[in-house]
Amino acid sequence: MTLIGIGQIILYLGVLLLVTKPLGTFIARVFQGERTFLDPVVAPLERLIYRVAAIDPRKEMNWKENAVAMLLFNGCGIVFLYLLQRVQQVLPLNPQGFGAVTPDSALNTAVSYVTNTNWQGYSGETTMSYLTQMAGMTVQNFLSAATGLAIMALFIRGIARHSVATLGNFWVDLTRSTLYILLPLAVILSLVLVSQGSVQNLSSYASAQFLQPTADTSGTRVTEQVIAMGPAASQVAIKHLGTNGGGFFNANASHPFESPTPLTDFLLLLAETCIAAGVCYTYGVMVGDKRQGWALLTAMLLIYVIAIVGLYAAESAGNPVLNGLGVDQHASALNPGGNMEGKETRLGIGPSILMATASTSTSTGAVNSMHDSYTPLGGLVPLVMMHLGEVVLGGVGSGLYGMLVFVIVAVFVAGLLVGRTPEYLGHKIEPFEMKMASLLILIMPIAVLVFTAIAVVTDAGKAGISNPGPHGFTEILYAFTSQGNNNGSAFAGLNANTPFYNCTGAIAMLIGRFWLAVPTLALAGSLARKKLIPSGEGTLPTHTPLFIFWLIAVILVVGALNFLPALALGPIVEFFMMPH
Amino acid sequence: MVWKSLRTAVIATVLFTVLTGVIYPLAITGLAQVFFPWRANGSLIHVNGKTLGSELIGQPFTAPGYFWSRQSATSPFPYNAASSGATNEGPLNPSLADGARKRIHDLREVDSLNLSSIPVDLVTASASGLDPHISVAAALYQAPRVARARGISLQKINELVARETEGRTFGILGENRVNVLLLNAALDAEPSQSKGN
Repeated sequence: MTLIGIGQIILYLGVLLLVTKPLGTFIARVFQGERTFLDPVVAPLERLIYRVAAIDPRKEMNWKENAVAMLLFNGCGIVFLYLLQRVQQVLPLNPQGFGAVTPDSALNTAVSYVTNTNWQGYSGETTMSYLTQMAGMTVQNFLSAATGLAIMALFIRGIARHSVATLGNFWVDLTRSTLYILLPLAVILSLVLVSQGSVQNLSSYASAQFLQPTADTSGTRVTEQVIAMGPAASQVAIKHLGTNGGGFFNANASHPFESPTPLTDFLLLLAETCIAAGVCYTYGVMVGDKRQGWALLTAMLLIYVIAIVGLYAAESAGNPVLNGLGVDQHASALNPGGNMEGKETRLGIGPSILMATASTSTSTGAVNSMHDSYTPLGGLVPLVMMHLGEVVLGGVGSGLYGMLVFVIVAVFVAGLLVGRTPEYLGHKIEPFEMKMASLLILIMPIAVLVFTAIAVVTDAGKAGISNPGPHGFTEILYAFTSQGNNNGSAFAGLNANTPFYNCTGAIAMLIGRFWLAVPTLALAGSLARKKLIPSGEGTLPTHTPLFIFWLIAVILVVGALNFLPALALGPIVEFFMMPH
Repeated sequence: MVWKSLRTAVIATVLFTVLTGVIYPLAITGLAQVFFPWRANGSLIHVNGKTLGSELIGQPFTAPGYFWSRQSATSPFPYNAASSGATNEGPLNPSLADGARKRIHDLREVDSLNLSSIPVDLVTASASGLDPHISVAAALYQAPRVARARGISLQKINELVARETEGRTFGILGENRVNVLLLNAALDAEPSQSKGN
């Protein structure tokens, strides 16, 4: 650990906190239907969309109507993205002449993008045409993020409202999320990326002469370097803003054409966390008690900082295997030091571990370094962040509503312990709410662990392993953890582009997204119908430091303990196998 | 209700696809091509009518008279910029240690006088397989070898290294680093007794 590295972490957290309030205020205005400074430009477009799609923006819908709308819209997205990949070979903007994507890979990818997972079994620059990247991936980067924000807005209204059946209108929240929040930020960010060196063109791949010719694996002389091109910046910007994470190129944000400089890396890091932090403030505004929003953000950031520090310590210590070989792993002004396998020189350890933590705390899954090559405890941290259910910041929208489910559980358990009636912001917490919350908390671990178990006892599952020993098990656990939590990052050595992993992964992603989204909306519908209970002396305050620590404890106990046995078989065993 | 919602869902999918999947990326492409054409097209460097490469994409070097880049795991040859990727080898994977050992052997073989320990970035593979940089320490480690192979004074080589060194952004973000392709191209432009290989 170096002073500069610690400085990078503090700078990032400081800027994140600075943008939280203005962004959160703006997002609250968007979801409360108020005027914003973007109205002169965006409002006509918004009205046009409502008119053409026959959306009545004043019509309020109950939770079921909203859930149906959300499912149908996402279903359309999956079908469209699947078909686009299957027929890309006959469509324009395919200068490299890529053929149709295989059915199982196309299915996995379609589900992956629509569920905001962005798990990638394929390699971007050798598989997807520019049209597929633009009209397929980029579109779902926007829409899956907007879907998350819309569900969140509906859920917040469920908490803010009393004695009503309706939560708002999914179509309106979806449209306003896209037009007012995601699109303007993506335009600005993508132009900054291009100015730094991200590519943005429709040309065929460029060709250069190697300064010193090289040889391929068969010994044949290679003199030409073909350099992949494409409309990358516009996709990279939204992939981080929308906590999507699917790279334009195979190497994701470590590729110099996605993120060419430490500055672009910093901005992408900020982009993938700023909305998730901002909506905590939005929540406070919309429920009429800003302390509630700050309390949630504080709980998130406390876990977040612990994870950052732990990961930084693990990776900057380096790989002890290399110590005896005469390798200098000590960090200095001249040498990044630490475990540099799978990391980029321009970034070094600090920015690499920041992105890894941010990317797995939120459901982004974008990487600027390869998690598969992390030290055992270094690889443990991203796994645990996902095992917590993507509620530490979390995906845009989905992180906050996931966190609010934990709040309800925390209130309930606290109520049981002290013998008070559990209530949250004027809503009595009753059996139906607890059934939904339990469902929400239990589904993900079951899906992750069952699929992992299936993979490790079948030949098709074991065939994908690329590293020997417990690390190979960790690769599989990571794959289903990532897909079951709609994260999308990987221990990328796993060869997952096979029918087995494509199909099991697709099911895990569908469960991780929609099996959670529907009970979430049901929970919101139930909360909104309840009569307001005025808070009294018996009410547990949910903004105090005591409650924040209680909430963290509940998250850690529920989230982490489910996975401790599995972790013991993977990264923990590997840690004890390392030379010390 | 479901049918009306389905109609809205289909129309909304089409509308948003046109807006965020066609208009948005094409508008950004247009703006990028107007304001940052060189960057948007890959930061390509042309020398005497030939494309030398991209300023942002590394190339492999094995000759003693060139600075070597980091290890690259791209297939089927290193620094294949049409297929980025990493080794994804775990810390205990024997092939990670084997790769490092071979690299150390290769480095020592062309520079047997140099007994100092080797900066870690020079023995490990990057995440993208296309890392254009090495650390300053890795450049300084190789400088005496390059000077000898080229018959250029070490002082001159170190000056070139300093010229091609990029600092941390705002003095804090990222790492100090040296662009290998630019440095080697600058070496080739220097008058010297012998060429790179």
